Amino acid sequence: MTERLLVDVRDLRVSFPVGIGTAGTGTVTAVDGLSFGLRAGESLALVGESGSGKSTAAFALLGMHRGTGAEVSGTVRVAGTDLATATDAELRRLRGNRIAMVFQDPLSALDPYWSVGAQIAEVHRVHTGASRRASRARAVEVLDRVGIPDAARRAGAHPHEFSGGMRQRALIAMALACEPEVLVADEPTTALDVTVQAQILDLLHDLRQQTGMALLLVTHDLGVVAGATDRVMVMQDGRAVEHGSVQSVLRAPERPYTRALIEAVPRLEARRSAPPVSEEVLLRVEDLHRHFPAPRAAASAAASLSGPGQAPGSGEPSGEAEETGAPAGRPAAPSGGLGRLLGRRPRHRAVDGVTLEVRRGETLGIVGESGSGKTTLGRMMVRLTEPTSGRILLDGRDIAAAGERELRPVRRDLQMVFQDPVSSLNPRRSIGDSIAEPLLAGGTGGAAARSEVQGLLERVGLPAAWYDRYPHEFSGGQRQRVGIARALAVRPRLIVCDEPVSALDVSTQAQVVQLLGELQQEFGLALVFIAHDLAVVRQVSDRVAVMRRGRVVEQGDADTVYDSPQHPYTRRLLAAVPVLDPDEAAVRRRARAALRALDRSEGGEEAQAVA
Amino acid sequence: MSETATVSRPAAEATEPRRRGQVWRRLRRNRAALAALGVIALLVLFALAAPLLAGLEGQDPTTFHNDLVDSATGGVPFGSFGGAGAHHWLGVEPGNGRDVFARLAYGARVSLAVAVGATVVQIALGTLIGLAAGLGNRLADTVLSRAMDLVIAFPELVFAIALMAIVPDGFPRPVLLALVIGVLGWGSPARVVRAQVLSLRGLDYVSAARLGGSGRWRIARREILPGLAGPVITFALLRLPVNVASEAGLSFLGVGVRPPTPSWGQMLSTATTWYEVDPAYVLLPAGLLFVTVLAFTVFGDGLRTALDPRAASRLRVGTRRRAKD
Repeated sequence: MTERLLVDVRDLRVSFPVGIGTAGTGTVTAVDGLSFGLRAGESLALVGESGSGKSTAAFALLGMHRGTGAEVSGTVRVAGTDLATATDAELRRLRGNRIAMVFQDPLSALDPYWSVGAQIAEVHRVHTGASRRASRARAVEVLDRVGIPDAARRAGAHPHEFSGGMRQRALIAMALACEPEVLVADEPTTALDVTVQAQILDLLHDLRQQTGMALLLVTHDLGVVAGATDRVMVMQDGRAVEHGSVQSVLRAPERPYTRALIEAVPRLEARRSAPPVSEEVLLRVEDLHRHFPAPRAAASAAASLSGPGQAPGSGEPSGEAEETGAPAGRPAAPSGGLGRLLGRRPRHRAVDGVTLEVRRGETLGIVGESGSGKTTLGRMMVRLTEPTSGRILLDGRDIAAAGERELRPVRRDLQMVFQDPVSSLNPRRSIGDSIAEPLLAGGTGGAAARSEVQGLLERVGLPAAWYDRYPHEFSGGQRQRVGIARALAVRPRLIVCDEPVSALDVSTQAQVVQLLGELQQEFGLALVFIAHDLAVVRQVSDRVAVMRRGRVVEQGDADTVYDSPQHPYTRRLLAAVPVLDPDEAAVRRRARAALRALDRSEGGEEAQAVA
Repeated sequence: MSETATVSRPAAEATEPRRRGQVWRRLRRNRAALAALGVIALLVLFALAAPLLAGLEGQDPTTFHNDLVDSATGGVPFGSFGGAGAHHWLGVEPGNGRDVFARLAYGARVSLAVAVGATVVQIALGTLIGLAAGLGNRLADTVLSRAMDLVIAFPELVFAIALMAIVPDGFPRPVLLALVIGVLGWGSPARVVRAQVLSLRGLDYVSAARLGGSGRWRIARREILPGLAGPVITFALLRLPVNVASEAGLSFLGVGVRPPTPSWGQMLSTATTWYEVDPAYVLLPAGLLFVTVLAFTVFGDGLRTALDPRAASRLRVGTRRRAKD
């Protein structure tokens, strides 16, 4: 060992007791004999599917299993301190000071009551004993460092006034407050949009280069790894199955598990090999609108943001500055005008004049970032949400304004598969009952429904005998299969899939996507596939619509949109998609930096034009 | 799980008993809940067998025993622990010397019956109105929600006294008590139910049921009501002891059950003037009340856990939730 190891983990084992109380006791080994080291300036990614123990291992670095009932063995040394023998006081000095953590969910990791600046200052003050004023200044400094525009003013803002990306930046700023030697980032971009994800990863990369800190990145996404770290460790069931440089592991994986993981990552280039689909239009939406009353806070935030926050050269790429804290959108009524005086609230145009069509048997992909209105559009297509105005033509008949009774006959034609595998199934009904519900509601007898559902279960790849099991007994991927079976039960002609795979591991994603494709062939279904993941959408779609702020900015044949994007927004989205090749990732990172610089100058021009 | 046995049977018949069996099986593993259920059973038995028990003791709840209390001190019972002994197992009442054991047993009938009746009325009304408010349109919700506010804000006691006073004497008092307490107390259960309905209504599985063609009532019955069981049962079991106390309060004020019919609340109320010289007389009804409250609370908690299939396996299947669009 020539150089001092900052992080030295040897034969780490973590196990948790399970079944406390009634169900009998046992232990689950989450991490099983893990060893790795990190030197200053190095970066390592822990990659694995959910349940592989990657987060548990990362938590062990901060001694966060202490007092939780978890059994930890092996040695973990961080900056010379042995975490097993360190006193609580030593541990506290270590945490936040020499090793800091960035969490997955930036909203729940920030205290909604305190301003962002105050929370960062607090960390600094606790560790350095600096004065309030000095800590405050430090908070502004690190916020500026992570690219928050107008940091001095924004430091006084509360977390809800920040967008998801800005919150994650604030969390990183908090971690940087004491200039830690090691930064542990636990899925830092999982909850973020692809363009924001790229920005955060670039930020982490730049910070590491500038400060020489070591980075441990925990992620399930191999695409993220290529651009962000030097080394990668692939974990499976608590063990490291492969460990090496990013180049060697991603280009020439040795283990079949790693190979399978890499193959499962959806690729932007992978086009859909589909038979020609019919030109017959099944569902057509015309000039569809859906407006929501904007919350007061959002309206004022939108107003304040268009003020000094957008000063030229403030350093914030416009892509992110647009999505302010709450769903600000574009107020329809000019704020501060007569409308406001009369008490008319500004309205948020979630969907703002969309026209598109779905043809029989085809897949229409809808991509866009959070808040672009794609879910609202999808819910309107199946008439779960009532449109504010516009037409929805099913077989040429307008159902946009139909009441619940008129909708009865067409309900079965239009089904939906939901994003969240947890809330989409009634936890108190067996999955068989849930799938059978539309059949029973339609008057099918109990026995007939049961055998039909068992057939459907088998069709989506689940044993028919699982009819009586409850949703909590299933994994996310299995629940999604149940959701698909339920949508299929009434033999629909169109299924709107709202982010059906975004909550799943990559390998599970691939299986569910494949299943959807097979079912489409078999039943001649038309699919509307809503997702923020551009690669997945390309994989499944015949045609694609790109949504931004309630409007479709570009639509067309999937190959055309992906290979020669016309709209700048589409181009930016495509540039932000993570790639598996490390060299290509570096090229793209530079390209993004150039694009951002361009945005900045454009933003400056715009601001000047407005002034 | 006996999958092979149930698979061949039709769905409707197969799942229901199986479900109930599961709840009982889960409940059986919870020792505290079982113990609480035992205590509740004993209390009910105690109330039902009141004449029998009093007969066994050789006493009744209404006979005065002036010879057993010290008229010089205003009626403190002779002997230790309120005059407990072979003839009067738990002593006699201060003042007029009625048998405490017999009064407790007879009192249990009134207290439990009134409390259970009132709770049933409250929960039934509350669930119905809360459900209607949560599932109805905006107008219905507004009207019903304001009605809840009204009922909650109403000076319950004053209204109860007024109601109890105007109803003719012929009406059975315990039934009247249960009705009055029930009708004045549905506000908070209705609010709890409405809130729960609103949060359930937004979930994807309710949307899925709508897409499947289920009507409003079918959704309420199949998707929403089962989700209400947990909070409602817990609420009911916590409400029960409160209603025991309400009955006591009204009886104390003279508008509840009419003396000489005994009730725990009435005993507790009279005991407040005697607690310094005859602590046993306070401790007995208070102790019983405490045991009742505790038993119902523990059992309620156990039942809520057993009703929830997720709590059964204590296994949380981890699926990462993403920020919703």
